[in-house]
Amino acid sequence: MEISLDWYLALSAVLFAIGVLGVLFRRNAIVILMSVELMLNAVNLSLVAVSQSIGDLSGQILVFFVMSVAAAEAAVGLAIVIAIFRKKVSVDVNDFTLFRY
Amino acid sequence: MDLTGAYASLGSDLGNAFSLVLLSVVGLVMVVWDSLRNDHRAIPWIGVAASVLAISFELLRMPGPAEKIFYGLMWAGGYASFVNIIILAATAFTLAISVHYLDRIGHNYGEVYSLVVFASAGMIVLGSANSLITVFVGLETMSICLYILTGLVRTEEGSVESALKYFLLGAFSTGFFLYGIALLYAATGTLYLDEMPAALAGGAGSEVLLWGGVGLLFIGFLFKVSAAPFHMWTPDVYQGAPTTLTGYMSTASKASAFAALVLVVYHALPAERWMLVLAIVAAATMILGNVVAIAQSNVKRMLAYSSIAHAGYVLVGIAAGTTAGYSGALFYLLVYTLMNIGAFGVMAALEWDGHVGQKQDLDSLAGIGYRKPLLGVSMGFFMFSLTGFPPLGGFIGKYAVFAPAIDAGLTWLVIVGLLTSAASAYYYLRVLYVFWMKSPEEEAAPALDQLMASPLSMSTSVVLVVCAGLLLVLGIYPGVLESTTLFFSDSAAAVAAIR
Repeated sequence: MEISLDWYLALSAVLFAIGVLGVLFRRNAIVILMSVELMLNAVNLSLVAVSQSIGDLSGQILVFFVMSVAAAEAAVGLAIVIAIFRKKVSVDVNDFTLFRY
Repeated sequence: MDLTGAYASLGSDLGNAFSLVLLSVVGLVMVVWDSLRNDHRAIPWIGVAASVLAISFELLRMPGPAEKIFYGLMWAGGYASFVNIIILAATAFTLAISVHYLDRIGHNYGEVYSLVVFASAGMIVLGSANSLITVFVGLETMSICLYILTGLVRTEEGSVESALKYFLLGAFSTGFFLYGIALLYAATGTLYLDEMPAALAGGAGSEVLLWGGVGLLFIGFLFKVSAAPFHMWTPDVYQGAPTTLTGYMSTASKASAFAALVLVVYHALPAERWMLVLAIVAAATMILGNVVAIAQSNVKRMLAYSSIAHAGYVLVGIAAGTTAGYSGALFYLLVYTLMNIGAFGVMAALEWDGHVGQKQDLDSLAGIGYRKPLLGVSMGFFMFSLTGFPPLGGFIGKYAVFAPAIDAGLTWLVIVGLLTSAASAYYYLRVLYVFWMKSPEEEAAPALDQLMASPLSMSTSVVLVVCAGLLLVLGIYPGVLESTTLFFSDSAAAVAAIR
């Protein structure tokens, strides 16, 4: 039985929404980073599904770029988290309040 | 796709993408140079030389029409050259003023300059993209370099904190941007911008997917250009980042993101449906940026809010949805780059130690004008231009974005723009008042004397004079504005010929 495109898109939307909620409601910088990765991978899922269903390869090429960008982003992001942990001994984003209005 | 002769075609396109290739190679050379030699004094000047070379190449390419290269992934020539010139000029100026500044704050590493050059390569990819893949790759190359540059002074809490905020919010917005790309792909079946109108006219995809995709894509763009509902990161990041690099971020990255937005709306999307949305965003951005800037006492933070306000002015031109509006927006970006790099350059030159000077409150800057006349006078140029006084470039720039908006029937938006510009005069001219008409307080005097002891570096002076001079030239002789309009008529003809 063929699974139709709509199901893939729906699953991807649900995963993306979980990622967004994670970013908005979790206060740990590393968990926020993980939620962002979940958002990117949700998008990858829909890109591959759409690409397969319309028979066009460029969507899958974009997926490769997304994966490498996600890896680069995680490297830089974790480095920044380590740098701030050395200063404040915390990764809770509520503690980072040096700049205000 | 027929791939015979693919390598030959790619090879011949390398010449068309000369600036991109040059910057990427030079960036690598700078990294290797830095690792092999202890002395890295030459590194920034390699970057400056490469940028100047690339600018002269793009000046030669600019008069011709834009053409597609790399199998339609990018544009070269025409307005792509114009955008590249803005980016390359910002790069050259930033490298030149950063040397002395980074020396003084004790973070003069060789790789800073190569990161700036790599970020510029990403911006060139972003600003001349013709495919959503290229847009994404360029955007991320640029952003990742900028995250690192923001957190450069990692011994200081403010710098690291602003880097973390920039990174988390930037990655979050990338997610939206990418989901927008996926939905647009699902709706149109193509990632090439100039193939989208045909796919839409054929009624290929569903309306929900299309407009959901456009909305998410716009959220990603509006975040990068710090427009109103998505501006929250801007003041924190601009205040925490090293000053010269803040100038770079606020100009070059904004110019390339706006250029990509112009390419997306010009090639891919019919104007009538998103025009009102962008107009409302522009109005909110102008009002918020200008009103909050009035309340700031820290000059760097004030300039951050002012850059939000200027993103609003550029959006006015884009919201007009006509070729005149788009070219006005591009022209405004050129003027804005010159005046903002200059203003941040002056502030960087005034940051004389790690303590009092770094706060850069208005009070600490009292009486600078008489002690450092060059800084005072050039700051005058930049502040008057940011306000939009004739005969400086800022005035012509505002005319270039407001006039097409009136033609497009957005009179209410232009009225908002004019009123907020008038309000902006208060906080821009207050800086000049403090510079020239206020005498320093007693406790600030020793620190000021220390500043006077260190002479202005040659490269900083040259950059400031060149920026101020170009603003005057652009204001008196606005022929550049007319040539930007020509780009779009040329490329419209080229696009029509291809179809």
